[in-house]
Amino acid sequence: MPDVQIRHQQGHFTLDADFSLGSRCTVLFGPSGSGKSTILRILAGLIAPQQGRVTLAGRTLLNTDQRIAVPPGRRSIGYVTQQAGLFPHLTARENVAFGIRHLEREARDRRVLEMLRLFGAESLTHRRTPQLSGGERQRVALARAVAPAPDLLLLDEPLAALDDASSQDILSRLLALPTRVLYVSHDLAEIWRIPADVVFLEHGRVTATGPLQHVLASHRERLLHQLAI
Amino acid sequence: MDLQALWLTLRLAAVTTAILLLLAIPLAFWIVSTRSRLRPVVEAVTTLPILLPPTVLGFYLLVLLGQRTAFGRGIAHLLGHPLAFSFEGLVVGSAIYSIPFAVQPLTAGFHSVDASLIEQARLLGAGRFRILREILLPLSARSVLAAAALCFTHTIGEFGVVLMVGGDIPGATRTLSIAIYDQVQDFSYAQANHTSLVLLAFSLAALILLYASRPRNGAAHA
Repeated sequence: MPDVQIRHQQGHFTLDADFSLGSRCTVLFGPSGSGKSTILRILAGLIAPQQGRVTLAGRTLLNTDQRIAVPPGRRSIGYVTQQAGLFPHLTARENVAFGIRHLEREARDRRVLEMLRLFGAESLTHRRTPQLSGGERQRVALARAVAPAPDLLLLDEPLAALDDASSQDILSRLLALPTRVLYVSHDLAEIWRIPADVVFLEHGRVTATGPLQHVLASHRERLLHQLAI
Repeated sequence: MDLQALWLTLRLAAVTTAILLLLAIPLAFWIVSTRSRLRPVVEAVTTLPILLPPTVLGFYLLVLLGQRTAFGRGIAHLLGHPLAFSFEGLVVGSAIYSIPFAVQPLTAGFHSVDASLIEQARLLGAGRFRILREILLPLSARSVLAAAALCFTHTIGEFGVVLMVGGDIPGATRTLSIAIYDQVQDFSYAQANHTSLVLLAFSLAALILLYASRPRNGAAHA
């Protein structure tokens, strides 16, 4: 049975998607408006679908038939969007520490530094969000999302606004993580760099899954059309 | 200058402001975060004192807090004296009269906080109280200051509700605005002028403080 089964109606848009998450990284690929971000928000628990079932590491996070809906904070899911969403009144260190308040102070400080180092942001510790560049914000946002050691990391086009060098550097650090990742993108050039299975979404439906080459072969015309857009 | 009335007015404004902030912060948070069908009703009730003539509000409070109602008798039994025509009664009347001036800026401030920040806080395990304390309040600090300044100055300038609920008892319920009324009744225009200038200065100072806390136009877009 797939890990994710979602039926959701939002105005005229219908989301009807079933797919499984890979053991490491899965790419959710599709054109703008195909429902990728909505799926991520449903997985994170920020939107309640009309019907759905989500399991992660053997744990049921959502089952509308059984009226199960684990709250966002208890899903063990990290979520990073293009906007980073850092708390503007906090420093980079305080942002990363926000989700690991339950740790002892020393362990927390160690973990914060470890996470900032992991994403090459250790020099930003005491800087507040307005003092950070776009790329720096993304590094801190990723460190914050990974710090609580989530079971799943949802990444909604986190590198879209960054230059090539920054995005390549962050991507390689991301792919080295032991965490399962669901990576959303509408950029074929970007997913080409990610060695992962692809879930291809069109108009709210999954139309192909598997290795990128396989999806490319079966959807060549449509993907070339996407690339042209 | 009636120093007794000045001290009473400042005490009334300070106590009312403190009570209103304590009440209005959770109330505004509830308004911005609830899906309850009662939300518009609660918003309407908390905004009502802006539109209601102060004498109408004062009259109903006088009746409610007086000996004619079970509520009034119960409170009198608890406190050992009726709430009407007492400082405590003035605080209740002032708090109800000024509640929109606390709730409105706080609600606007909480609404202006980017919803994605609240979502991130939820995903990182923060509960409602932590979101309020660590995200909404720090990011709405100016709104909290605005609510405090508006409540304080509005309470200082109250007349109708204070007169209806508290009457005009020197040292107990006579505030500066009532002292001005008394001075005018006695044709002591010079005294009334001095007292009025004090009220004017308080109101102006509070507004200057409020506007000084806002970023300048250039800074806001920098």
